[in-house]
Amino acid sequence: MENPEGGVVSKRVLSLNVNGRVHEIAAADGALLLDVLRDALALTGTKQGCDGGECGACTVLVDDRPRLACSTLAVQVEGRRIETVEGLARQGRLSAVQQAFHDKLGAQCGFCTPGMVMASEGLLRANPDPSVDEIKTALAGNLCRCTGYVKIVESVQAAAAAKGTR
Amino acid sequence: MKPRMTRAGGIGVHTPLIDGFDKVTGRARYTADIAAPGALVGRILRSPHPHARILSIDTAAARALPGVQAVCTGEDTPVPFGVLPIAENEFPLARDKVRYRGDPVAAVAAVDEATAERALALIAVEYEVLPAYFTAKAARKAGAVAIHDDKPDNVLREVHAEFGDSAAGFAQADLVREQSFTFAEVNHAHMEPNATLAEYDMERDGVTLHTTTQVPYYVHLKVAACLQIQEAQVRVIKPFLGGGFGARTECLHFEIIAALLAHRARAAVRLLQTREETFLAHRGRPWTAVKMKIGLKRGGRITALALEATQAGGAYAGYGIITILYTGALMHGIYDIPAIKHDAWRVYTNLPPCGAQRGHGTVDTRAAFEALLTDMAAELGLDALAVRQKNLLPQIPYRTMYAQNVLSYGLPECLEKVKAASGWNERKHHMPKGRGLGLACSHFVSGTSTPKHWTGEPHATVQLRLDFDGGVTLFTGAADIGQGSNTMAAQCAAEVLDVALSRIRVVSSDSAVTPKDNGSYSSRVTFMVGRASIAAALELKALLVKAVAGRLKVVPEDIEVRDEIFFARDSEQAGLSWIEAVRAAMVDTGAVTVKGTYTCPIEFQGDKKIRGSAIGATMGFCYAAQVVEASVDELSGKVTAHKVWVAVDVGRALNPLAVEGQAQGGVWMGMGQALSEATEYDAGRMLHGNLLDYRVPTMAESPDIEVIIVESVDPNGPFGAKEASEGMLAGFLPALREAVQEAAGVACNSFPLSPDRIAELLDAKQAAAAKAARSAEEVR
Repeated sequence: MENPEGGVVSKRVLSLNVNGRVHEIAAADGALLLDVLRDALALTGTKQGCDGGECGACTVLVDDRPRLACSTLAVQVEGRRIETVEGLARQGRLSAVQQAFHDKLGAQCGFCTPGMVMASEGLLRANPDPSVDEIKTALAGNLCRCTGYVKIVESVQAAAAAKGTR
Repeated sequence: MKPRMTRAGGIGVHTPLIDGFDKVTGRARYTADIAAPGALVGRILRSPHPHARILSIDTAAARALPGVQAVCTGEDTPVPFGVLPIAENEFPLARDKVRYRGDPVAAVAAVDEATAERALALIAVEYEVLPAYFTAKAARKAGAVAIHDDKPDNVLREVHAEFGDSAAGFAQADLVREQSFTFAEVNHAHMEPNATLAEYDMERDGVTLHTTTQVPYYVHLKVAACLQIQEAQVRVIKPFLGGGFGARTECLHFEIIAALLAHRARAAVRLLQTREETFLAHRGRPWTAVKMKIGLKRGGRITALALEATQAGGAYAGYGIITILYTGALMHGIYDIPAIKHDAWRVYTNLPPCGAQRGHGTVDTRAAFEALLTDMAAELGLDALAVRQKNLLPQIPYRTMYAQNVLSYGLPECLEKVKAASGWNERKHHMPKGRGLGLACSHFVSGTSTPKHWTGEPHATVQLRLDFDGGVTLFTGAADIGQGSNTMAAQCAAEVLDVALSRIRVVSSDSAVTPKDNGSYSSRVTFMVGRASIAAALELKALLVKAVAGRLKVVPEDIEVRDEIFFARDSEQAGLSWIEAVRAAMVDTGAVTVKGTYTCPIEFQGDKKIRGSAIGATMGFCYAAQVVEASVDELSGKVTAHKVWVAVDVGRALNPLAVEGQAQGGVWMGMGQALSEATEYDAGRMLHGNLLDYRVPTMAESPDIEVIIVESVDPNGPFGAKEASEGMLAGFLPALREAVQEAAGVACNSFPLSPDRIAELLDAKQAAAAKAARSAEEVR
């Protein structure tokens, strides 16, 4: 395959662990995790909302920690545990974070929601009982244009409470 | 009609969105998510000049490049488009001239991104550069080159209107003040970038569009017109949409370009716009200068107001004529003001075109009015809240001088509620150092009651289909853009039918399937589509009741329905379950389909004798009063909003959860405009084209927003409901300004209240204080 500058792009087969399944994917060295998820694996829940690193809509978890898929090379996460929004619901049941975002209207248009949900999931795994300030700090890189964030904070609090009682 | 307000999913009950599961699981498909194996990649070549004549375009090399399937230029787009039939002056691809940096000049469809990019680079365009104007003042200067030939002075529309005798009103006033304000241009910054997937329809030689729009019907009309094909050759589908806020209330160039490429290539074309290109398509709130003048009696009654507004509207007409009319139209309908004078100018500039943004055209003049009213109240020693109470509408129903009817008016209650919730009386003037409170009111239409296209059709149409499985499918053209219109329409139907919300399946926004809807703008959908949904459900219910009555051998008037059981009143007979009633209704007819419509009565459509009064004409206004608590860092000038209390009269909260969410989002968008948001250009080159330089507030700087719902129950609204997402936006700006005045002792008349502006005012205040101290010293 040629690239626009006329050189040849080298590709290799990556082994990516996504949502608990291992996928063998031929990807260019420069391929972004976001493009691999969306184009090669058809996991379109992960969104692209900007031209790179501005909005947080593409947040996924890598080894339980939030990471921007638009600013991560696929090769960097080979052999690591990648989770996307599609991997959270189990056996037709929403995760605590998803259920809370649904019940509390943490999602309006829903475009930032996958990133918000994954960033919240990452926060609660690291800090099961965050304060409002800790929630706001953890999610400050995820932009939402619909909610004014109030119901997102409430969603994360409700998810923390629900997880605590499980 | 009175709702029961008890059943899950029913009217008045907190109800999650019916498509919420799709959103939290990632299953929701937005335009860029739709699978289209083999689709070509579309790309747009844009003008590098803000104003230039196109002398020639050579596409031969691009066309010759292997892998290129279509190359289009202005030669392929002879038909102009625009959202207002009276001002269509934009071409999908520029023809004679380019009028802003980024104006589309050519487009290609190719087998992959790299080929498409290379093809763009091979297109040679020769320009004759013209003088360009980036401010309203420069564009209006004598001798300026006309951006559009039909407007030699670069003014798209001037408005001059007077209601009542403003000179007499000012003469009667004890205090007359005039103040100038400026408001930066802002953008919606909706989270989903613009995108269109255009598929070629071989059977009809047409196109099917999946596109990011709030107005699928307008896109449909413009695509057919610009491609010079029949409307029956076009199908427009709006998938899940990542916000709009007005940006997508008109057909935009990229949608027509995608359709054109697909039609020429006879293949599917995916045209994804970058965030930068999404900003370039703009359609946000224009830069606006407002000169506001108010006359006040000593006791606080307003005697007159006069305002001048100037908007720098960008390169094309778009919604401009409506936007400029709105600067005056909503000076009416909120307070009792005996005389209102309105002069305004909408000016073309060589910047991306402005459009409709939440609170369309009304926000900046409302903010200026509220700010000056608060200043004058203080000058007279009056309380800001009490002054507003003194100027409330005297009686309801009320007809404004602009021919608007007010049949429900919850503003008095909003003021009382927000006063109590914020502790206004106790806390105002007693805030700790560096903190302050501010208050303001605002309102917005519940839909514009005059459609832009005079077709004689109803203003909204909803169809219901009932089939053997007992499910009710609701068809609506209304575009759910995240505001929850699918849920609203379903709730209205379920309430009337008295069935579980899950029985209603909503199919929306697909021109091949759903009845036409004018679109999601001007907060029209709840009022009009809600009413149509109720009408359709009443029709369906009547058919079911008739079928049950026949089965039970009683008259339909004796049939009652409760919790999906149909039974005869005062009868020992067993009732029919929902599914039994459905099957009874289907005997001899098969699947049952009904339709409901709604049309705003003519007396709500303005007065033909008042020029422009079609704009601001509505079935009713949403009212809001809000208090903002803020602090100012005296060193950096940084303003922080800590808490907002907002009371909103929404007529009736069909879904209180959604109303809260909409009101919070509306207030917060006002906060962005008040605190940090502004577009910026250098000689027409966009400097803000990303979400870091365009400063949308993050969660870390966003306060708690407490929503108090006030229900005035509008006599015409669906179950009494009105608009619930725009009316509260404008109030934030002047409320924050007042809070900053109390916190730091400076009055900022330019928005946003950015740290540099506040710091400058603080420095000036300090310098003035020092000078006063020095002169006091000298006197001694």
